[in-house]
Amino acid sequence: MDRFVFLTVDGLSRGAVYAAFALALVLIWRAARVVNFAQGAMAVAAAYVAYSVSTATGSYWLGFVVAIVAGLLLGALVDRVVMRHVDHASPLNPVIVALGLVLLIQAVLGMVYGSEFRPAQAPFSRSALTVGGVAVLSPYDLFVFATIGVVVSGLAWLFARTPVGLRMRAAAFAPEVSRLLGVNVGGMLTLGWALASGVGALAAMLVLPTELGLHPHAMDLGFVSAFTAAVVGGLDSPPGAVVGGLVVGLLLSYVSGYAGSDLTPLAVLVLLLAVLLVRPGGLFAPVAARRV
Amino acid sequence: MTGTDLLVVRGLAAGYGAAPVLRAIDLTVPAGTIAAVVGANGAGKTTLLRALSGMIRPTAGQVLLGGEDLRGTPVEQLVRRGMAHVPEGRGVISELTVDENLRLGGLWRRDRADAGRALDEVYQLFEPLARRRRHLGHQLSGGERQMLALGRALVGRPRLLLLDEPSLGLAPRVVARTMALLRQLRDRTGLTVLLVEQNVRSALAVADQGVVMSLGRVVIAAPAAQLRDDVDLRHAYLGF
Repeated sequence: MDRFVFLTVDGLSRGAVYAAFALALVLIWRAARVVNFAQGAMAVAAAYVAYSVSTATGSYWLGFVVAIVAGLLLGALVDRVVMRHVDHASPLNPVIVALGLVLLIQAVLGMVYGSEFRPAQAPFSRSALTVGGVAVLSPYDLFVFATIGVVVSGLAWLFARTPVGLRMRAAAFAPEVSRLLGVNVGGMLTLGWALASGVGALAAMLVLPTELGLHPHAMDLGFVSAFTAAVVGGLDSPPGAVVGGLVVGLLLSYVSGYAGSDLTPLAVLVLLLAVLLVRPGGLFAPVAARRV
Repeated sequence: MTGTDLLVVRGLAAGYGAAPVLRAIDLTVPAGTIAAVVGANGAGKTTLLRALSGMIRPTAGQVLLGGEDLRGTPVEQLVRRGMAHVPEGRGVISELTVDENLRLGGLWRRDRADAGRALDEVYQLFEPLARRRRHLGHQLSGGERQMLALGRALVGRPRLLLLDEPSLGLAPRVVARTMALLRQLRDRTGLTVLLVEQNVRSALAVADQGVVMSLGRVVIAAPAAQLRDDVDLRHAYLGF
């Protein structure tokens, strides 16, 4: 039972990070109808920038803030310099370009930082506090939950309650009509990319200390998990991404705890396949979306 | 140009790709009047509106709104110059609520207080919308969508309203109500309307000026009453 509680908490903590990462994928999907396969590599690039800043200044928090800012800027840059110029007539085009971007970013990171693992610092202790003799949450888990909670509710507030959120949604749903209503659709798209990439960078900063550390390929498997989370949630649904992230996190934790960590990549792919076969629209696919 | 002409179009040409649709369009709409553009399917009526609001780039000619040349103005800036375009199919955003659709129409305005007042006025003008503020666009009936599209344009307090086929898919009673509303807006607020219609009868009934298009050209521009009464002309171009 203790083990179950531990695995559940660990799974939720990891799942919260996947949720944020999946949310970043959903943001870009909703805004641009592109699955950003470069999200993982972009987030790692931002984490490397944070590593440089933290090493130079000795301040974790400065690096943390810089990572998010670097993520925002990188997202805007990728949109303006690369994705804006890709012909979206075939949905495959942006996918291929994104995959090319992954190779480019990973090669550049390898050239600049080398391919050995760099330590990723955690700002709080990762050893679990015990409640009544049962190991439950570490201070770092609490930090992860709080941060993701703030990000998710912040995004929900932004989209549901602010004028810029309304513009972003309108631009995503009906770009032509939105322009007629005075919305700068191109600007909203760039903002969407920036936000998504910033959230991705934050997720990388949160998950890297729980893994082997910083490496150009550090988010490869994490990306697959987050992508699965987004697909479980239906790609179009921000709440779906959050639930999908938690589901994937729990699944990985149980599989790794009860069946061995070698099986976790397989378990993710099985889940991805199962969802695509049984409910390709995801568990949260909006039923009325195609009604006219 | 005279001081009272709000929209002046000179020699406008436009098309899709290499195929020209509009050829040398000349058109003048005085401020505070309703002009109805009529003509057969494929005459270029919708393309004319799209060229006016910059959704397609004209290949030649000039569009003046209140004496100001609109060439090179990005689409999203036109609403700031006082032009509202309700596109073909009305452009209600189905995934947003009635209230969000309407607020979107006034988001660009700096005068937030007046944008709020305009929103309240639209809710007074279209009572059914006020009862359905929280409903999503796709939950509305055809008539309600029409109100929403018109209301959303009015929240921006436009000088010129471009309307593409407002009668499309609506019951005759709803069409009549829409046309009456346009006349009321013209008389009360001095709104200028350029209306594209298949439904020639109801369009000419409300319009001050009738513009007949055929094969991408303006063949007649005359007072609407004259078009209504001229039997030969109606037979030749309008088919009734």
